[in-house]
Amino acid sequence: MPSPSSRLRSRLATALDSSDMSLLLENIDKRFGEVHANNSITIEIEEGTLHGLLGENGAGKSTLMKVLSGFIDRDSGRVLLDGKELDLSSPKTAIRAGVGMLHQDPLVFLPLSVVDNFLMGSPGDRFLDRAEGAAELRRISEPFGFNFNPDAPARTLTVGERQQLEIVRLLWLGAKVLILDEPTTGISEIQRVDLFATLRQLAAQGMIVIFVSHKLEEVEELCQRVTVMRQGKVIGELDLPTPAERLVEMMFGQVIVASDRPQIAHGEPSLVLEATTLKEGNLMVADLSLSVAKSEVIGLAGLEGSGQRTFLGGCTGLVPALSGTITIGGKPMTKRHYRDFMRHGVHYLPAGRLEEGLVEGLSITEHFILAGDDKSFFVDWDAAREGSEKNIEHFSIKGFHHSPAESLSGGNQQRLLLAMMPPGLKLLLMEHPTRGLDIESADWVWTQILARREEGTAIVFASADLDELLRYSDRILVFFNGRILKEVDARSTTGEQLGYLIGGKEPE
Amino acid sequence: MTSQTSAARWGATIAPIALAVVVAVVLLLLAGANPLESFKLMGEGAFSGWSKTGETLMAWVPLVLAAAGLIITFNAGLWNIGIEGQIILGGIAASWAAREVGGSSWVVVPAAIIAGALGGMLWALLAGVLKTRFRVNEIFGGLGLDFVAASLAVYLVIGPWSRQGVASTSGTDLFREEARLPTILENNRLSLVALGLAVAAVVFVFYLMKGTLFGLRLKAVGRNPRSAFLLGIPTSRYMLGAFALCGILAGIAGSMQAIGFHFKLIPAISGGYGFLGILVVLLAAFRAAWIAPVALFFIAMSRGSTLLDLRLDVDSALGGVITGILVLLVILGGGWQLRRLKRKALA
Amino acid sequence: MATATTEEKGTGLILGATWSEFWAAWGDVFTVASLGSMVAASGPLIYATVGETITEKAGVINLSLEGSIMLSAMTGFGTAFLVNNVLIGFLAAAAVGAAIAALIAFASIELRLDQIAVGFVLTLLAVDLSDYLGNRFVGEAGPAVPAWPIPVLSDIPWVGEILFDHNLAVYGSFVLIGVAYIFIYRTRGGLELQGIGERPEGAFARGVAVNKMRYFYTILGGALVGVAGAAFSLDQKLGWREGSTRNLGWIALAIVIFGGWHPIRVAIGAFLFGFLQVVALKLQPVFPGLSQVLPSIPFPMMILALVVVYTDWFRRLGDRYPRLRGILAADPPSGIGVAFHPE
Repeated sequence: MPSPSSRLRSRLATALDSSDMSLLLENIDKRFGEVHANNSITIEIEEGTLHGLLGENGAGKSTLMKVLSGFIDRDSGRVLLDGKELDLSSPKTAIRAGVGMLHQDPLVFLPLSVVDNFLMGSPGDRFLDRAEGAAELRRISEPFGFNFNPDAPARTLTVGERQQLEIVRLLWLGAKVLILDEPTTGISEIQRVDLFATLRQLAAQGMIVIFVSHKLEEVEELCQRVTVMRQGKVIGELDLPTPAERLVEMMFGQVIVASDRPQIAHGEPSLVLEATTLKEGNLMVADLSLSVAKSEVIGLAGLEGSGQRTFLGGCTGLVPALSGTITIGGKPMTKRHYRDFMRHGVHYLPAGRLEEGLVEGLSITEHFILAGDDKSFFVDWDAAREGSEKNIEHFSIKGFHHSPAESLSGGNQQRLLLAMMPPGLKLLLMEHPTRGLDIESADWVWTQILARREEGTAIVFASADLDELLRYSDRILVFFNGRILKEVDARSTTGEQLGYLIGGKEPE
Repeated sequence: MTSQTSAARWGATIAPIALAVVVAVVLLLLAGANPLESFKLMGEGAFSGWSKTGETLMAWVPLVLAAAGLIITFNAGLWNIGIEGQIILGGIAASWAAREVGGSSWVVVPAAIIAGALGGMLWALLAGVLKTRFRVNEIFGGLGLDFVAASLAVYLVIGPWSRQGVASTSGTDLFREEARLPTILENNRLSLVALGLAVAAVVFVFYLMKGTLFGLRLKAVGRNPRSAFLLGIPTSRYMLGAFALCGILAGIAGSMQAIGFHFKLIPAISGGYGFLGILVVLLAAFRAAWIAPVALFFIAMSRGSTLLDLRLDVDSALGGVITGILVLLVILGGGWQLRRLKRKALA
Repeated sequence: MATATTEEKGTGLILGATWSEFWAAWGDVFTVASLGSMVAASGPLIYATVGETITEKAGVINLSLEGSIMLSAMTGFGTAFLVNNVLIGFLAAAAVGAAIAALIAFASIELRLDQIAVGFVLTLLAVDLSDYLGNRFVGEAGPAVPAWPIPVLSDIPWVGEILFDHNLAVYGSFVLIGVAYIFIYRTRGGLELQGIGERPEGAFARGVAVNKMRYFYTILGGALVGVAGAAFSLDQKLGWREGSTRNLGWIALAIVIFGGWHPIRVAIGAFLFGFLQVVALKLQPVFPGLSQVLPSIPFPMMILALVVVYTDWFRRLGDRYPRLRGILAADPPSGIGVAFHPE
């Protein structure tokens, strides 16, 4: 009887030898409540292909890949490899069927050793043979030039090395299809180049590599073919290289360039950053210098995780500045506490409405009390209810004064959050102010924000919606990899140009 | 709300109670006792005559005080398992005052109560600082501090405060008359001061959570610390505040035990009212208005079953068994109902 | 009570005894007999702590140990008494521990309830149940685990007398330490056990049935906690009376943390506690105050261990010398106390 590892070795060999293999996804459908995350997705991928899956956040890419790797069940549709339908009811069966997934944050076990991570979940004898495991690890790693210390705990590996470990492990288990979900977030440029080399090598050996990303530039660099998704649907499939503007258009849809906006004279600076460096987790946003005038609207464009959120955090005292200075309305605020920023007229609206804004279980009235400026010890409930009802009417929130926050729809949650803002702000910072809202709510939100602007409040907002960025901003800062790639005038920029910049490319 | 869901909600409330009664009946039948007679005896054991009622109320006082304190910490999202230790420290501090402070009742009793409150607060703040500064989970930090406090009580009883010539765990010398809570009946420990404090605690906590900005902010901290922080609430300070207030109430409970019930320091000065208080608050679903009746039910069950023990030779732990099963069933029933609602929402 | 002249008096906790009395009592601690009884006394604690270690390694907290041990001690003795068979007593006790653990797993996995809340309620309920149901066994003399000195080994001077002059319940606790260690660190199943507690979504991605395994290990750990109860009432302090195993469960919880979720370090913690008990017993006549306080030392040690693991300097030290980190204390399994739902 062959030993487990030799069995695996032969399986790996057949995976790489077989010819004319192709992966077919047929009419995959998946709903989460009212959200149609995957709407009848059909994709065919030939063997030995580096296939890109491109789309903005929320386009449905991750759902599709989770279906493919057995993490979640599809509602309907089939997946065929080599003409054979695959059982993808759990990760276990998916791996057995030859589909391996590398998650964005590699799912390694940090306190466990490299070899334990390699062996976890593998079939075999009851007792672990770590020596053999280490030998197998070395054998599979060698062609790629990876070098692991099998006894080191995984926490000592860089994110790039953790990915390498996962790739090697999936190969060892006989993966014929390798899915990589946004693998370049959180790794360095050198690691990225190494990763791409590895992926090309795998494709050359006949594997199917699916590269999921929202980074245009990377897909163009790496892939031979690309499928673009938007709002749960496949928009199109193209061979690469192709003109980037086509991809941008497919990703974001037609961008209608904004109509004329009322000009408001900008006053003295509300926010000044001088050579500010911020650090949050692994992300370093270095050497920011910027001045935002009163009544100015600044849009922050860029892929998720490029530094916009850290930038907003830095402007509210949530992320401490390592160096440089921050001035709000002429007052030095460097290294001050978040509540000092609040007192000085800075207000922050993060993206997670129920996670970082409202409190589940508390009513609308209670939220108004918490946000209000009446700090007297006893709560005057009658007055609070009256004020709350006035606000509910004035901001047309669909809900009652006693409705708990979680019972409101997303649009009404955002209305509540806007209604909770104190008057007379110097600076308003927002993350995705209209994400997930219908057009009516989104328009209403912007009416409110622009009314603030007329009062002299400077607005800084991050958004993934190019239309929104171009329509409402005066200036747009494009973030890429933790720095401001470029600052553009929103009036003289097209959606196409912005799309290029977001992908990390300077338009010609 | 449709009538169907309201019926389901009633079902979820009634079913655990009915089930608990069934379990009680079965347990009584197993013990060879007549259930109806037993229930009657239990009521008698708790409430017949002023003497029984008085003792029941004096046991109710520390439980209500502890539960009132726990309402505050639970609303702040904290599992204050350290409450036993806070009661013990209250008892120790009150005993110290009762032993050391001279003068009339008007001086000693308030001094002992204040000392108890401070002792409890100090012990609670220790758990709070471990949590907010050193990231030690309040459950394990509190559990550890419970045992440290219990050891301290034993040590004092056997060591420095031991009775003249005898080192026994039965307790210190009795406090002098002036250092005890004034009573209103002959041969009965019922004290208006104790009752007044318990009622005041319930009213205080009710209005603190219902009518004050502090209470509202505390709820926000407990339910979503991140949102609360972004709303400008200093979350760590509020957690410490919750610990301190709970500690004060627990400390007063300990002082009641020392100067109003045992009249001395004993190793088991907490009477287990801290842990029992957690059950009371779980059954009262964290609502201040409910703790007084729920606590009375718990105490009545436990004192009632003492009489059962005497008359029918049914072990007095029966009361604890019934209340424990009731709390367990209510919690499980709540989880079951939520699961059904979620399934319905997804379908 | 000893009386002493003022100049001979010790300070602090040493209450009214002389140094010579102290040394005499201290010498008593290290006799073969008392070290042997230390090993025996640690038996129940080892079953409980290793059982809870397995449960917590799988990412579930069984907070009910205090109640589980109490109720299973009662059940174990009661059953053995009724059928006059020690083995059946042990099995009944294990079943009680397993049943309580199963309830916690069910409430956490199926009903998504707080493990702490359910565990806590079960603690108090099980204590009262043991009291209520055990009433009829109080004061009864029943069967006990028969002594069985291991031939040859027990004749070795010192070591043999301390380690091998006991009975199967005690030897079982030795075996358990080794088996648990080998299982967790040497087998595929043990590796997956660590995985589901450390990063359940990672284990799930590798094809491990996370919740099924959590049920299994929670129930297995609970059964061992039940065995701890029987080992107490059928071997340690024979028979049953109300509150017989008082505080044993809480101490076991503290030792699991102090031992850093590692079966061998946890066992060492249990032996240390047994040692403290022997010291307390021997010093009892001389220093009653001190000996009452000694058995609660695991708790401040647990707090210290928890404080230390989270300090920055300890993290830096641990990163520089990974071996050192293992000796002092360890991180809890990352996924502990958090329910896992694939979607």
